[in-house]
Amino acid sequence: MTNLRRTPLSHAHHALHARMVDFAGWSMPVLYNSILEEHKAVREKVGIFDVSHMGELEIKGAGARDFLSYLVPSDISKMEEGGVQYSALLNDKGGIIDDLLIYMIAPNRYFLCVNASNTRQDFEWISGQAVGFTDVEVADLSRDYGMLSIQGPNAESLMGLIVSFPLSKLEYYQFVTTMIDETNILLSRTGYTGENGFELFVSWRDTPLMWERIMSRGKSLGLRPIGLGARDTLRLEMRYPLHGHDMNEDTTPYEAGLGWIVKLDKGDFLGKEALVRQKGEGIKRKLVGIELVDKGIAREGYAIMKHGDKVGVVTSGTLSPTLNKGIALGYVPTEFSLVGTTLGINIRDKETEAVVVKTPFVSPKVRRHNAPEKAVLAEDR
Amino acid sequence: MNLPEKLKYTKEHEWAKLDGDVVVVGITDFAQHELGDIVFVELPAVGRKLGKGEAFGVAESVKTVSDLYSPIAGEVAEINVALETAPEKVNKDCYGVGWLIKIKPANKGDLDSLLSASAYKATVANGR
Repeated sequence: MTNLRRTPLSHAHHALHARMVDFAGWSMPVLYNSILEEHKAVREKVGIFDVSHMGELEIKGAGARDFLSYLVPSDISKMEEGGVQYSALLNDKGGIIDDLLIYMIAPNRYFLCVNASNTRQDFEWISGQAVGFTDVEVADLSRDYGMLSIQGPNAESLMGLIVSFPLSKLEYYQFVTTMIDETNILLSRTGYTGENGFELFVSWRDTPLMWERIMSRGKSLGLRPIGLGARDTLRLEMRYPLHGHDMNEDTTPYEAGLGWIVKLDKGDFLGKEALVRQKGEGIKRKLVGIELVDKGIAREGYAIMKHGDKVGVVTSGTLSPTLNKGIALGYVPTEFSLVGTTLGINIRDKETEAVVVKTPFVSPKVRRHNAPEKAVLAEDR
Repeated sequence: MNLPEKLKYTKEHEWAKLDGDVVVVGITDFAQHELGDIVFVELPAVGRKLGKGEAFGVAESVKTVSDLYSPIAGEVAEINVALETAPEKVNKDCYGVGWLIKIKPANKGDLDSLLSASAYKATVANGR
């Protein structure tokens, strides 16, 4: 792992005896002690994640809003300063280049948080699309910012000890730029776990200081550092799709269950034509939540079977620590996507019984700020 | 890393021990630690004939699935049924209650060809 990039917290991880793995070219902690214990800590108390590998891009200038609106399928016109929105970058086939969070700093300035594995490609894609737009500047700020995520029922009490800003005024999918002692931070009520929690951007240089500060105040609240292993089980229980696994450049938001981010009536945007066409023709396959009836774990790449034929592939799978059952996401033909449909998962040449279930697999304690109401979800399925 | 001297080892990280007329098999402390929380263990049917080095089951952790290999040739005499509901026993006590299977050996001499604790320790050190 000599050529891997390191976050500003590599010394802290080493001191905690974390097990480090190569994740998208980064040396990252997969676990400190136990994935199951870390998962439980986030569901029951509070955990802190080093997510400094995530990419941060900035779009600014008088033309920033129009340009961003062209880049993403969601409606950003109603965003307010201090607002966060979940969205995606689409190619001209409507395929998902990446999913991202948009932070509106000002009408002429947006901050994008993107996946580590896609940061460079996203930056190049956005820069390429900016040609022809006037007054737009695109910058990759990923080397300037570290990022921490603090998640769990005790996250608010913990951050309340450290931040002077009244957190009760910060709603889900809102952010504030504030200070912890003398250090500037951007703090948002967002996360990838389904728990109440916060994500915090801080300068690369001050990231270790911030980590220490939070770690030292969190002991009495049960704070634990959490690795990427539990990050994956936590997000999967919420059915949050992971780019490069549950969605990619060949899957559209409609197929991935992200139809709610697409607003076809908002004006032109990249991929719109393909999405209009797909919607007209009907969605032929969908990403579904699958629960194993039999014992076992469905893993990425395993075949999904129906009537003895392979009809799809598992894109993410794990044991849900909360349910103590195998859960998975995978694409199946729309005719097999209804909740209650029985399927088989081919596990080591044996067909294991599974069923399409309602997702999230585990009830979230938060609802995405810009997520659909139930009625819309029903129509989307 | 805990490596009892009285056990025999394979480079695939199983241990074996003669107990009366059967050989008890499990995974090493190194293996259980590398796997992390073991959440599912799949074991063979009693009576199944195994070749030396044959895969007889799997241990799954949250993150990965790992094949289990028979250190010797023989017939499965008993499996640790307790692991069906409590696979975490492998993490907690891999040389004790976390044993996997008992094999009636085809020939007891097979055990002698396995690695000693110090030889196994050397292969683990080289592999890192």
